[in-house]
Amino acid sequence: MQSRLRLTTFVIAAAALAIAAPSGARDQIRVVGSSTVFPFSTAAAEQFGRSTAFKTPVVESTGSGGGLKLFCGGVGLEHPDVTNSSRRIKASEVELCASNGVAEIVEVQVGFDGIVLANSRDSARYELTLEQVFLALAKQVPVNGVLVDNPHEKWSDIDPSLPAVDIEVLGPPPTSGTRDAFVELGMEGGAKAIPMLAELRKKDKKAFKAVAHSLREDGAYVEAGENDNLIVQKLGANPSALGIFGFSFLDQNADRVQGSIVGGVEPTFENIAAGDYGVSRSLYFYVKKAHVGVVPGIQEFVAEFTSEAAAGDDGYLADKGLIPLPADEREKVRESTAALTPLEL
Amino acid sequence: MSAEQGAGTGSESPHTTEAARGRLAKRHAREKRFRAYGVAAIATAMAALALLLGSIALGGLPGFFQHTVELDVTFAPDLLDPDGTGEPSSLARGDHAGAVKRSLRERFPDASSRRDKRALYALVSRGAGIAVRDALARDPALLGQVAPVEVLLSDDADRYFKGEIEAAAAEQNRKLSDAQIGWLDALDAEDRVRNTFHTRLLTAGDSREPELAGIWGATVGSFLTLLVTLALSFPVGVATAIYLEEFAPRNRWTDFVEVNINNLAAVPSIVFGLLGLAVFLNFVGMPRSAPVVGGFVLALMTLPTIIIAARSAIASVPPSIREAALGVGASPTQVVFQHVLPLAMPGVLTGTILGMARALGETAPLLMIGMVAFIVDVPSGLTSPATVLPVQVFLWADSPERAFVAKTSAAILVLLSFLVLMNLAAVLLRNRFERRW
Repeated sequence: MQSRLRLTTFVIAAAALAIAAPSGARDQIRVVGSSTVFPFSTAAAEQFGRSTAFKTPVVESTGSGGGLKLFCGGVGLEHPDVTNSSRRIKASEVELCASNGVAEIVEVQVGFDGIVLANSRDSARYELTLEQVFLALAKQVPVNGVLVDNPHEKWSDIDPSLPAVDIEVLGPPPTSGTRDAFVELGMEGGAKAIPMLAELRKKDKKAFKAVAHSLREDGAYVEAGENDNLIVQKLGANPSALGIFGFSFLDQNADRVQGSIVGGVEPTFENIAAGDYGVSRSLYFYVKKAHVGVVPGIQEFVAEFTSEAAAGDDGYLADKGLIPLPADEREKVRESTAALTPLEL
Repeated sequence: MSAEQGAGTGSESPHTTEAARGRLAKRHAREKRFRAYGVAAIATAMAALALLLGSIALGGLPGFFQHTVELDVTFAPDLLDPDGTGEPSSLARGDHAGAVKRSLRERFPDASSRRDKRALYALVSRGAGIAVRDALARDPALLGQVAPVEVLLSDDADRYFKGEIEAAAAEQNRKLSDAQIGWLDALDAEDRVRNTFHTRLLTAGDSREPELAGIWGATVGSFLTLLVTLALSFPVGVATAIYLEEFAPRNRWTDFVEVNINNLAAVPSIVFGLLGLAVFLNFVGMPRSAPVVGGFVLALMTLPTIIIAARSAIASVPPSIREAALGVGASPTQVVFQHVLPLAMPGVLTGTILGMARALGETAPLLMIGMVAFIVDVPSGLTSPATVLPVQVFLWADSPERAFVAKTSAAILVLLSFLVLMNLAAVLLRNRFERRW
């Protein structure tokens, strides 16, 4: 009886302590955001923690949209200091930030990420154009001047030069930033190459987007989950299928899968860095200026992330699969971030 | 069927006709079939379990081992003693990785271009300097001398020695170049490469380098989280069970509470995470990623399990015990705490341990409160950022580096052994202390 009473008192005391504690200062940077930038952000955070006296930042993978929502939640130690994003911040998000008092945001571009189509090394390498990718994966495609539900079953239905194999593409679900980028760069790029849709784009942008952004749902495009490793493994088991994922997974699994040539360009480190490969996007992170000086080490962390040793051509982030910016742009990014120039849209 | 019945109408007893025997044989056959189905179902389940455990164990075992290479490192004062004082504080700040790189350059002078040197440095881990730092801290007299130091190989070099990267494959299709494989073979020929048990896996925090990553941070995080869960859900759960079982009047309200507790036990765990986000983080303003919040959320999730188990344990104590205690003058509270609860304790504890085991394996509710995060530092308290074992498994499974595949399985093995231990404790408790009336 006595001991039970003591235990209850202890629990209440512990709860009270836990609730009282968070109002204190935070000495650790908190990063949220894109799962695509996560592998690079964590590597930079680890190096930062190892090489400086500051604590290692805590990095959460919440997705670009989720990260920006948390980031724009307000100013104060309960809100994150930095958010990673695999796309640029939207005007609506800047407004959301401003309405919550996050007025000054520093935008930092860290590099590029290529989105690759790949298949198992056990079968032949695919050579596709964006137009063919669109015709294979769009929900509706133009046939004889009318939009109809996608009739293509085999790749050879699209172009006789392609193999007579069933179209089966494993890719990320709609919640993924990789999917957004693939749709925007790959599918839209392919749709623009078709004269009828290019005309539609001039007349009615919304209708064009509806066509270009809808992937087919009849089983040819398989939503294989957010885990890119899983897609790579499934490709090994299913040699006729293609997969869509980020370049770093192609880089790590070059013995199992091969990147398809898209628009005549092979997805290699050099081609993506040079901007020749069509389906690549910029990666960013955003810093809350109001937190600089409040949470220790933010400026030093940004310096580490953008340093030549990290984001340079031979940097450790390149080893992890990040495609660096061109040298002069890196220099520009370093200058503007050192001055903490706020973003202006 | 009708033909058989027709043939058997001549017999006298309705149980010995041919048709009846036929029916009997059919019933026996059905009985046998049913048993065979049961055996087949169990065999399938066992085979699936064996396959799962076997593949995890097979994949995970290499993760517990790591290749190291013995290098002759020159403990050069210009690199390792930046202040020139020889004091431990100065020695700790030296360029330890630089010393490893220099010894590699000296060993393989043929790597002269910038590109070659980078390829050479990539053979050892990014944390190779740690071994030099530790050796120097143990024996500061090494400064200025040459001594062999065992440093970690990088994940790719390690995978080469584990046979996962094949030298026969085309050069552009593997992570190591021909030159790198040549260097590794040369080191191996001198008997400098060793395969050792990788204690770092069990003692270090997380890292983005597979050979440096460990699960100690996640283990401590799991421990702290479960501590809070236990401290909160056990007293509350047992108190609820005692009141509902022993004191509460039977009316609509208690029925309502009972139905709700049973419903809560079936609520998907992610819902508790959303609740935690709304209440503990947004309303109360507790820190993200903290074990205390994780503990609160998991306590909510475990409460119904504990209440249900505790109630059935208390209900199984025979009424004669209560009546005897009341008969000799004990108050109802004394009856409960001195007689009923001690007898029900084994059942209560079994339920608690099983609830804790379930809480140990949860990731979904923790996603919402920020415990799915990359955290290098081992958590030091209930409010410092932490992650838990299943989250560590999830994060490693999501990493591009191939060496994390083995680490993932190794971490699963550790998590599974914790779970087995907890379930074993529950079974032992039950067998040792449970009383039947």
